Amino acid sequence: MITVQNLSKKFGEFTAVDGISFDVKDGEIFAFLGPNGAGKSTTIKILTTLLQPTGGDVRINGHDPVHHPSEVRRSFGIVFQDPSLDDDLTALENMELHGVLYDVPDDVRKRRIPELLKLVDLHERKDDLVKEFSGGMRRRLEIARGFLHHPKIIFLDEPTLGLDPQTRNHMWTYLKELNKNEGTTIFFTTHYMEEADRAAERIAVIDHGKIIAIGRSEDLKKQTNTASLEDAFLALTGKTIREEGGGGLDHMRQMRTLWRGGRR
Amino acid sequence: MKKIYILWLRQVKKYIRSKSRMAGSLFQPLLYLIAMGYGLGSVFQRAGQGNYVDFLVPGIVGMNIIFTSMFAGMEVIWDRQFGFLKETLVAPMSRFNIMLGRTIGSATIATGQGLIVMLLSFFVGFRMPNIWMIIPAIIVMILISLLFTSVSTMIGSMLRDMQGFQAVMNFLIMPLFLLSGALYPLNGLPSFLTAVTIVDPLSYGIDAMRGLLIGSSHFGVGLDLVVLTALTVIFLWLGGHFFKKVQI
Repeated sequence: MITVQNLSKKFGEFTAVDGISFDVKDGEIFAFLGPNGAGKSTTIKILTTLLQPTGGDVRINGHDPVHHPSEVRRSFGIVFQDPSLDDDLTALENMELHGVLYDVPDDVRKRRIPELLKLVDLHERKDDLVKEFSGGMRRRLEIARGFLHHPKIIFLDEPTLGLDPQTRNHMWTYLKELNKNEGTTIFFTTHYMEEADRAAERIAVIDHGKIIAIGRSEDLKKQTNTASLEDAFLALTGKTIREEGGGGLDHMRQMRTLWRGGRR
Repeated sequence: MKKIYILWLRQVKKYIRSKSRMAGSLFQPLLYLIAMGYGLGSVFQRAGQGNYVDFLVPGIVGMNIIFTSMFAGMEVIWDRQFGFLKETLVAPMSRFNIMLGRTIGSATIATGQGLIVMLLSFFVGFRMPNIWMIIPAIIVMILISLLFTSVSTMIGSMLRDMQGFQAVMNFLIMPLFLLSGALYPLNGLPSFLTAVTIVDPLSYGIDAMRGLLIGSSHFGVGLDLVVLTALTVIFLWLGGHFFKKVQI
């Protein structure tokens, strides 16, 4: 379903993704782990046609995101790491807009929107503007919106960041149903190791733009001789705290944009 | 089609919900009309050019449209900063159609604003010989709106921050407005100024409205319409082209 070969992405001198390769099978739940700034979000942006790679080959559902972005976009849904709602619209309007843009038929939309808003406990607030929502509520709405259409692949970039355990539980129940009933492939990143341990069939660990381990949770534990995935992760990536992506990398991208006259 | 419509609807809803933006953008043109229309009226009359308020209204309508159109590009930058742009960019629809939905939405707002200014100008003393000419004038307004919202979307797609956009506003929009003949007649200008007004697209928009509303045009309404239509098509295409290249 997802094939990545020798993928790399450079921002000027900085290499964010450094020749990674992996496969995700049809119907698989796949976790993509790594410390801050390891290249997770950059990889997801390339897979989802938001960013052009510097080199390598990517296939999403058999299509190449660089040359056939439309076919690729028809194959997936995504819950972004950072906000992507329209604050000046209501919760319901955000859902409706998404439904129309993603070709969800009217009757399905009418049925599924209330269903999903109830799932994330926002149904009573559906006519309120998103700008009145708290951070947690926005996050929940993003997730509900991401599930509105049922694509072949769902990308989730740190979906559970800032979610309470109840919503997290609802979300995973829903995702697993989707995975079981419709064979949806799920590709997610997270910083919660127990979440990856519980949900993912296979896990890839990326650091400094390179994949340093890939396999089932047990494989990673065995490989590092550790008892938990958390320990395995620390053994693989070390214990130093990384610079958050909002720092150097984004700054460099911005500078580069300025130098090149904003032609990005 | 439905996707373009829902993006159009989004722009219009957002506009209607922001009352302050609406009020603020109507104040400036009225100020211009009153201060300049009445202030310079007698000088204009004495120079044998007729009623200055009548002359000025098409110019101020054009000014309001071009200023309002600039929101289109600002909204691209906003949507990029607040993240909503991503949501549309990964949707299964062509980037050109996304750009089109946004542009038509912004152009609708700009045209509406232009029309409101024109209607308000009747209270300031604006008179036109044939009231029905307002209909073709609206078509001209739509063309000007589409043209400049496309330009604005194009610029918005190339920039990442508001500061850059402010600079563009100052170096592009003010000259476009001041050198368009919005405030003064195009005949009898020094030759370098004539040359500049000929390459300013807004000149043709305002000239066409003036021709239709008060029956005096410099280039001729036919030529105005040809130039406006051609430029609108070109910049819609360019806007789409640059919007396609947006990366997050």
